[in-house]
Amino acid sequence: MDAVLLARIQFALTIGFHYIFPPLTIGLGWMLFVYHTLYRKTQSPVYRQLAHFWTKMFAINFVVGVATGITMEFQFGTNWAAYSRFVGDIFGAPLAAEGVFAFFLESSFLGILVYGEKKVSKTVYWISSLMVALGATLSAFWIVVANSWQQTPAGYEVVDGRAVLTNFAEAVFNPSTVVRYLHVVAAALVVGTFFILGVSAWMVLKKKHGDFAKQSLKSAFIPCMVAIVIVMGVGHPHAIQVAETQPAKLAAFEGLWETQTNAPALLFGIPNAEEERTDFALEIPGGLSMLIDGTTTREVQGLKDFAPEDRPPLGITFFSFHSMVYLGVWFFLIAFGGFVLLKMGKLYENRLYLMAATLTVPLPFFANELGWIAAEVGRQPWVVYNELRTSNAISASVPPGQVLASIIMFTLIYALLFGVWWFLLKRQFNKGPESIESIKGEVE
Amino acid sequence: MLALQIIWFLLVGILIIGYAILDGFDLGVGFWHLFAKKKGERSAFIESIEPFWDGNEVWLLTGGGALFAAFPPVYATVFSGFYLALMLVLLGLILRAVAIEFRNKVDSPGWTKAWDYAFAFGSILPSILFGVAIGNVLRGLELNEIGDYTGGFFALLNPFSLLCGLVGLAMFAMHGALYLSMKLEGEIAADARRWASRAWMVFVVLFMVATIWGALGFFYNITAVPLVLALFAVLASVSSFVFNRAGRAVAAFVSSCETIVFTMLAVAAALFPYMVPCTNNPDWSLTINNSSSSQLTLTSMLVIALIGMPIVLAYTVFIHRVFKGKVEVREE
Repeated sequence: MDAVLLARIQFALTIGFHYIFPPLTIGLGWMLFVYHTLYRKTQSPVYRQLAHFWTKMFAINFVVGVATGITMEFQFGTNWAAYSRFVGDIFGAPLAAEGVFAFFLESSFLGILVYGEKKVSKTVYWISSLMVALGATLSAFWIVVANSWQQTPAGYEVVDGRAVLTNFAEAVFNPSTVVRYLHVVAAALVVGTFFILGVSAWMVLKKKHGDFAKQSLKSAFIPCMVAIVIVMGVGHPHAIQVAETQPAKLAAFEGLWETQTNAPALLFGIPNAEEERTDFALEIPGGLSMLIDGTTTREVQGLKDFAPEDRPPLGITFFSFHSMVYLGVWFFLIAFGGFVLLKMGKLYENRLYLMAATLTVPLPFFANELGWIAAEVGRQPWVVYNELRTSNAISASVPPGQVLASIIMFTLIYALLFGVWWFLLKRQFNKGPESIESIKGEVE
Repeated sequence: MLALQIIWFLLVGILIIGYAILDGFDLGVGFWHLFAKKKGERSAFIESIEPFWDGNEVWLLTGGGALFAAFPPVYATVFSGFYLALMLVLLGLILRAVAIEFRNKVDSPGWTKAWDYAFAFGSILPSILFGVAIGNVLRGLELNEIGDYTGGFFALLNPFSLLCGLVGLAMFAMHGALYLSMKLEGEIAADARRWASRAWMVFVVLFMVATIWGALGFFYNITAVPLVLALFAVLASVSSFVFNRAGRAVAAFVSSCETIVFTMLAVAAALFPYMVPCTNNPDWSLTINNSSSSQLTLTSMLVIALIGMPIVLAYTVFIHRVFKGKVEVREE
């Protein structure tokens, strides 16, 4: 098989699998901090139940995130040696900074959060929950910095066939860093909050763990609403940034072929790369120009402006982007609809809603993956936008057979990890929280 | 100016040494895990490393990131050149990470046993392979002009590098046993002391053979410095053996840390200023000079390190203080 394709399959497999876990770590991390804070303020045992119950999920999830993350740190060198030589002057620094500023923080305080409650004061314990959430969130920053530099490289010049740093701040805060970071963190909050929402809805639906399940469900709505509003709110400036810095990607997102003013926003369609048109298009005339610039006179570049070899793969980019947007709308409905039901006092009996919320549990994971796929596949054929093609970036010295072997190894071990991860989470869902009595006993 | 390159050569070295000392003890605990007879003992082994292993592993991630940032061609050459070996390291590290966290999550002997094997396997395999990798770098690699490794997988399994793999395993086994003797009490602590003595004997013999073999055959920097450092490593390991016999667990463990420091410094000195010597054409060797990042990157990274590393050390000290004291072996 083709060496480039194999390297790409392995990268997609390992990053795609890894990316299931960190968003849940970030989202749940902040929810844990909320629960610990509420417990500290109110001393109400239910918040302690919530904090402990979700800390168990957090710990199970965290370790799989760590285990699969080690692969990523190695993989640029193992599979993408030419890429590593080209970008090393810039790309390595954020990875190292992630270790120094985020991982140490996160891993040290997680130890206290999970194993050390009896060994530290209440204040230190509470601060630990903040530090864990902060560590996870900082870690995302440095990864988004590194990835954003691939999308919109800045603060460098190419000397003797490699990128050389000319301005550290410009490289870190390249044109897409901030908006992408906010979008990613907000999306992680969506994963974490909807995870609590959906799992709690399931517990209520199955009449498990009584009042605890209801409290847990109730606690999720406001965070869910905040998260989904932020993610959508940031999605808009993100789209503007893509339009300005990566026009080929935007054109692929929207299935836009002709460069035009008054460009339409596509609600639905099926792009047809062979005939260079979009079939079954359902459009809002002028919508895309309006979204980007606030006026219909804004010109938007179409795919035909780019040579065929410089266009991203159309189908994947288009459908992953659109599916992500549709899912976002669904999350909005679930969060706000549920909140209305709660306020009307009809939430806990509404089986239809509880079922829908339960089935929503996996969807934010999909939305996150789809967002990354849209971002990464939409950047193709470039690994560093307009500088280095993916096909020129792999490790020439690694025989394709060895890559195939490692793909098989990762597939097997990741399938095992996924199975165990879900099995252990489900066990905890079934087991439920510690009893109120045991908490009271401990406090006294 | 070469000063920044030298600083970064040392800093990457410090990160690798930090990793070897810290993850070294929990890898070593993994080596002895299956030697514990009782179930309660195994649980105590895990409990003794549970709050730390993750932070320990971060030293490896940060070391990898720092190598990538400061010496990208070295990162690219070594990681792609050792492809299969590193994939096996990853397999080991992934398995042991989840094994530590998952083994006590389900109350079933079969479940726990399966993860116990995964933990031991996942600890032993990387312990050997790290040594094999260092052995190969010391020997030098067959490279082409752009720095890609051309030697093939089986050339990595040469006798000298395999010997270095066993040195690594013995070193971590000694280190892990001393850690256990420090953290546990009673019968099992006495067992750990015996294990440490045995591992020391294996280590000290293999280490001396490897040093002499390397000095006669491979070291690129054949001055007295690496040999003196190697001698210090031997002396530190002897004092660790003596302290261990005298029942002074903390002093023995500290000496074992010193052994690791001197061993790694000896490796660094034997290589300097090379990072990856090229066996087929010395001009293609990767050195700290021809393989470093730009001065601006090295400077920016130095700022990050100067701000970050004191904080990291503070966390490390803090977490070990929180979880200080002995771990109890409970009947299970």
